[in-house]
Amino acid sequence: MFTRREPKIAEQELAHIPGAEPQSRLDVWWWLVALIVGLVVILCVTKPDPYWNILKFVRDGIKITIFITVVSFAFVLIIGMLGGLGRLSKNKVIYLISTLYVELVRGIPLLVQLIWWYFAFPVVIKQIGEWTHIALLENYQANAIFLAIVGFVACYGAYMSEIYRAGIQSIPKGQMEAARSLGMSYFQSMRHVVLPQAIRVILPPVGNEFISLLKDSSLVSAVALADLTRRGREYMATHFNPIEVWSMVALLYLVMTLFSARIVTWIERRTKFER
Amino acid sequence: MEPIIDIQDVHKYFGRIHALRGVTLQVQKGEVLVIVGPSGSGKSTLLRCINHLEDCSSGNIIVDGIHLDNAQNINTVRQEIGMVFQSFNLFAHLTVMDNLILAQKVVRKRKKAEARDIALSLLKKVGIPEKTRAFPSQLSGGQQQRVAIARALAMNPRIMLFDEPTSALDPEMIKEVLDVMLALAKEGMTMVVVSHEMGFARAAANRIIFMDEGQIIEEAPPDVLFTSPKQERTKLFLSKVLQL
Repeated sequence: MFTRREPKIAEQELAHIPGAEPQSRLDVWWWLVALIVGLVVILCVTKPDPYWNILKFVRDGIKITIFITVVSFAFVLIIGMLGGLGRLSKNKVIYLISTLYVELVRGIPLLVQLIWWYFAFPVVIKQIGEWTHIALLENYQANAIFLAIVGFVACYGAYMSEIYRAGIQSIPKGQMEAARSLGMSYFQSMRHVVLPQAIRVILPPVGNEFISLLKDSSLVSAVALADLTRRGREYMATHFNPIEVWSMVALLYLVMTLFSARIVTWIERRTKFER
Repeated sequence: MEPIIDIQDVHKYFGRIHALRGVTLQVQKGEVLVIVGPSGSGKSTLLRCINHLEDCSSGNIIVDGIHLDNAQNINTVRQEIGMVFQSFNLFAHLTVMDNLILAQKVVRKRKKAEARDIALSLLKKVGIPEKTRAFPSQLSGGQQQRVAIARALAMNPRIMLFDEPTSALDPEMIKEVLDVMLALAKEGMTMVVVSHEMGFARAAANRIIFMDEGQIIEEAPPDVLFTSPKQERTKLFLSKVLQL
């Protein structure tokens, strides 16, 4: 969204910018990722039954997990930005709506929210359809993936709003004033001056949210979605080998979360700048 | 002649604090006005009201014939007014060059090449053409403030406002900034300067305004105000700042 153009800087100047030092691109924790991946590979090669079989069986579950996480997160970033700006708005109505949203959503367990969206929301839609005689709503069919994504976006959007708000507030007021004094509108100033700086500040907590979301995506197994966790449970139900299945599932989650953490760190390093 | 800034009976409240108590002031085109006064006297508030960083609670401010009460006019007016802050406020994530280019592109809709040329010539004017690729944090305070002046000038403003531009600077850097401001004054730029630099006021100002407790106490050309102030409060203030 906010791409950073790498300024071309003469070599001798590079040393003054933290994060831009000519250093090893990969940090040491990549070894941990390699270790876990290696473990999975070794298990699959040395004991294909059950490990390779488990991996093959849960493969489409991994796809669902990644799909839900990535798509949800993309919308979380947008909703979070809108919510964060709303929480800082001088317009009382916008402020009230966004604050109410954040406060309500934060007070309800994520699992309950997901269940509500999957089981209660379609009924609400159908009920409205009956009252208003709109056939489209009356015949509404619940789509598990769609409703799971809605649930995650609604919940994580609220948390993300607070992260955006804190990030924007951490940028000195003078930055906005300087931009406004040059004739830029509020939104131009936000887009070109405040948000690019705020995003660098909030990158670590945003990265954490991504990893939390990846882990919390396992909750969708409660609403009939065949994600990694549910596929693991299905395999276990037929083969009765809990140690192997759940160790494998845990390792697969680890591979994804540790890899994501490295990517976040890598982005952080690239976008650092000195205040 | 029609004044370029016309401030009519402006009041400003911050909650229960009455920061401006009926300020009326006209600035002519090409005039250099220096506002002095003790801290908390409303100098900065008045300056910030001129380009609407603060809304005034009552009264009128007309800049270049445009009333500042209409929200749609604010960005139009601001394009004509350059503002220089005490804390520089350079965009921390952008290089010096990009600091100068951003508003030219976004607000003035200039092509990048044109904006670059303007930026370069202004950086030459303020004496740091070699720093285009540096980030603000790599510059000294004096250099940052000169970049900030160049950034404001890049918009071709008709008026420049300076809010204590040298107060955050080390003593040896004050002169390099004042020299730039002095050159600007000689070119005929309309300037309103809030400053404690009496030397600059003496050298560049057409008129000095002394403010205290949200009101204009006295105004006069520098040689008159410094040598024979009429009001007691002005005398007291000047005796404190001029003995240095």
